[in-house]
Amino acid sequence: MKTTLSLTVNGINRDDVVPDNMLLVDYLREKAGLTGTKIGCDGGECGACTVLINDRPRHACLTLAATCQNAKVETVDGLSRDGRLTAIQRGFHEKLGAQCGFCTPGMIMASEALLRRNPDPSEADIRAALAANICRCTGYVKIIEAVQFAARELSA
Amino acid sequence: MNKITPILSIGIPKPLVDGPEKTTGKAMFAADFQVVDALVGRILRSPLAHANIVAIDTSKAEALPGVLAVITEADCADSYGVLPIAMNEWALARHRVRYRGEPVAAVAAVDVATAQRALDLIDVSYEELPAYFTADQARAQGAKLLHDDKPGNIEREVDFDLGDVDAGMAAADLVRELDFHCAEVCQAQMEPHAAFAEYDAARERLTIRPSTQVPFYVHKMLARTMALPESHIRVIKPHIGGGFGCRTETLQSDLIAGLLARKARATVKVVLSREETFITHRGRPETQIKMKVGMKKDGTITAVDFSAQQRGGAYSGYGIVTILYAGSLIYGIYDIVSARFKGCRVLTNTPPCGAFRGHGTVKTRFAFENLIDGMATELGLDPFAVRRANLLVAPTMTENDLLVNSYGLDQCLDWAEKASGWKQRKGKLGPNKGLGMACSHYISGASKPKHWTGEPHATIHLRVDWDASITLLTGAAEIGQGSSTVMAQCVAETLGVDMGRIRVIASDSALTPKDNGSYSSRVTFMVGNASIDAAQNLKALLIEAAARKLDIPPADVECLGEVYRGGQQDQGLTFEEVVMEALNGEGTLAVKGTYDTIPESWGGRKYRGAAIGGTMAFSYAAQVVEVTVDPYTAEITVDKVWVAHDCGKALNPLAVEGQVQGSVWMGMGQAMSEETRFHEGLPLHANMLDYRVPTIMESPPIEVGIIEANDPHGPFGAKEAGEGSLTGFLPALTNAVADAMGVRATELPLTPDRLMELLEKKARDDRTAANAEGKVA
Ligand code: FES
Ligand code: FES
Repeated sequence: MKTTLSLTVNGINRDDVVPDNMLLVDYLREKAGLTGTKIGCDGGECGACTVLINDRPRHACLTLAATCQNAKVETVDGLSRDGRLTAIQRGFHEKLGAQCGFCTPGMIMASEALLRRNPDPSEADIRAALAANICRCTGYVKIIEAVQFAARELSA
Repeated sequence: MNKITPILSIGIPKPLVDGPEKTTGKAMFAADFQVVDALVGRILRSPLAHANIVAIDTSKAEALPGVLAVITEADCADSYGVLPIAMNEWALARHRVRYRGEPVAAVAAVDVATAQRALDLIDVSYEELPAYFTADQARAQGAKLLHDDKPGNIEREVDFDLGDVDAGMAAADLVRELDFHCAEVCQAQMEPHAAFAEYDAARERLTIRPSTQVPFYVHKMLARTMALPESHIRVIKPHIGGGFGCRTETLQSDLIAGLLARKARATVKVVLSREETFITHRGRPETQIKMKVGMKKDGTITAVDFSAQQRGGAYSGYGIVTILYAGSLIYGIYDIVSARFKGCRVLTNTPPCGAFRGHGTVKTRFAFENLIDGMATELGLDPFAVRRANLLVAPTMTENDLLVNSYGLDQCLDWAEKASGWKQRKGKLGPNKGLGMACSHYISGASKPKHWTGEPHATIHLRVDWDASITLLTGAAEIGQGSSTVMAQCVAETLGVDMGRIRVIASDSALTPKDNGSYSSRVTFMVGNASIDAAQNLKALLIEAAARKLDIPPADVECLGEVYRGGQQDQGLTFEEVVMEALNGEGTLAVKGTYDTIPESWGGRKYRGAAIGGTMAFSYAAQVVEVTVDPYTAEITVDKVWVAHDCGKALNPLAVEGQVQGSVWMGMGQAMSEETRFHEGLPLHANMLDYRVPTIMESPPIEVGIIEANDPHGPFGAKEAGEGSLTGFLPALTNAVADAMGVRATELPLTPDRLMELLEKKARDDRTAANAEGKVA
């Protein structure tokens, strides 16, 4: 079975015919050609696929594309506008929150969701918001600093 | 004008040169490449842990519409592996499978569903053989051999006996011996293995993008397995989602992608699942250790007598190197006058182990630092004092002939002791809280390469053209550790120009000079030095050109990076003007830089394999771990870690901190929760939930102290920063738990279950002792 899916991805309207069993992560990577979102596990274990659906962080590998009818989907590919890194991207870049960069798209989207609902998060808030995202490179120390950097930038 | 100075790049925190790609989703990893007609590659794996392959029938799979290639052992021209003497692995199992999940056949098809259906249509008949899942089972009398040329299922036995160990033990005031057991652990890098292979059928040429740390070795093994001329293969390393050693050797998925692409005469993408990535393994082997140390009352170590048995898995891989490291690197950190080692690497029916971060050294160092901590307590010595009683004095050669030219362990100890408030806080934290410390070290690259060809250890090309940009071409594999950034820094600093002038192109065999790859922390030291050499060669050309233009002798040219001039009054030439003059009559500038190690660093000849451990420079680390233990659940919380790491000159302090934090944290996972387990050879942990790496919730703050005991041969004095401080966490944790709870853990990981057992045993022992005392009274 197939569905005609209408949604916005990174602010652009799209209409696609998608199989009902297609995962959102496959839709984004293969149909929309947005490979910023990563697949790090066999389903719901790592957070690398985190995207925003209507401003909330979601595992794109556990979401069926067809359930995103009329939704606003955002991925790391669409964050920076006019070629400028956003505050959270700058944070991960300048504070070395990204080493290999494979967890980074998921980390950034989960952090983005946090900062949208809580512009001044405590360290505990940051940890809670990123609890479902695994990073194997950084030990998380600089990831926390990256989010704190972004929060400061946004409030300035 | 007179204020112009060369621009500095070294010693300054620098974000990574590829950070913008990584934070915008533009960084392309192997699985991100796509073309419309790319085929999907899928692998059929063995359901049995040990069996002869009687027959493989692929006819039904081949007949399925949408299937373009099916491959088996018959398509592999040769075996592959790591050491030239031990290449006993095949991309697809040959005649026999030796672990559950070993690749047996593979298909390329138009989509996932077709590929999956094709796998189901392949008929393999097996004749099951007895399988061994522990080292002891595999070594038992009469056990069936995994490989006919490895009697007793022993990959390699190694031993050495240096100095007079027996006299050393006799001269000691305290001799203690403990058995240790450390579980097998897996790298679990975030990116599952993948390879994107394009076959140019008209020219019989392969272009492949594998997720590897060693593009050069993959190149060689592809040529061997495919019987394709090396010149017909192009290996381009994409962005790599971590490695930590599991990609320090060619993996089957790299070879299978190449084989499938050729057979299908098309483009094939192979992306492993997380489960398959776990099965591919190449992690740190399960190890049993016996450690015996003799110590004087003042803490001086008189002798070390130890043994290690590793469960290596089904194939050789790095095995011999791993077991040799486990012995040889007992040296190089303290002044050890006598030591005896017996090591044994065993072949078992489990996925092959490999070269995990801290290769070979981690578990014996854990045992050693754990044992001497207990001995310090018995002798009433402070653990810091025991380390200080055994320091080396550089420059020196160790008893097993390892070169130590720079040594900052003493400063590491001072920093960790002070930063953690050790003196004031130790023993005063209250109930169920403790502090523990330990030290560790690591090599800055192996001085003798595995494949001795006579080429330099590292080669760098720099290209400068009319636009005055500098292109740095390197074979060194950027895998997230920041190697491309460090090379750009070395070149920029040497020339005194802005880093923005430098564009790094890394690891494309058609463009970049050969490099052995990113492992054993060799890149900063060796490729950094080659980068400096190349930049100096370029600078000499530019100075000559400036001299010509300014009509002065080259010796009078003052190079200020962006300006070359004859003296303070001279307005000078811009970098662009100098470049244009240099191109005059010459054309595009192309210069080279190389690096070679010195023979003194190649390690000894005192026993077979003694060269393993030889390095140009050692890094050193000391760390303090603070824990709180919940006495009811035995759950350990790591409250904080203070770690000092001597990396020589910190070329990029930001990256050094990141590497050290990542290392310590990885040590924490191994110490507390990570463990691969098998049921009849079936992995019980092949996902990121059951294989428990620490999440952000339980990960502690890690404060880093950078110690710069510069090495005379290091690039600007630098040494390794990415591995050495992993190891210290393991013993520092068990030492902290001993401080908090009075029990000494000798088995890792120290899960709440294991700790609870120790606490209960202590409670029982305490009660028995109290009762006995009561009776006496
Ligand atoms: S890929 Fe979605 S959670 Fe791992
Ligand atoms: S930066 Fe490599 S996994 Fe997070």
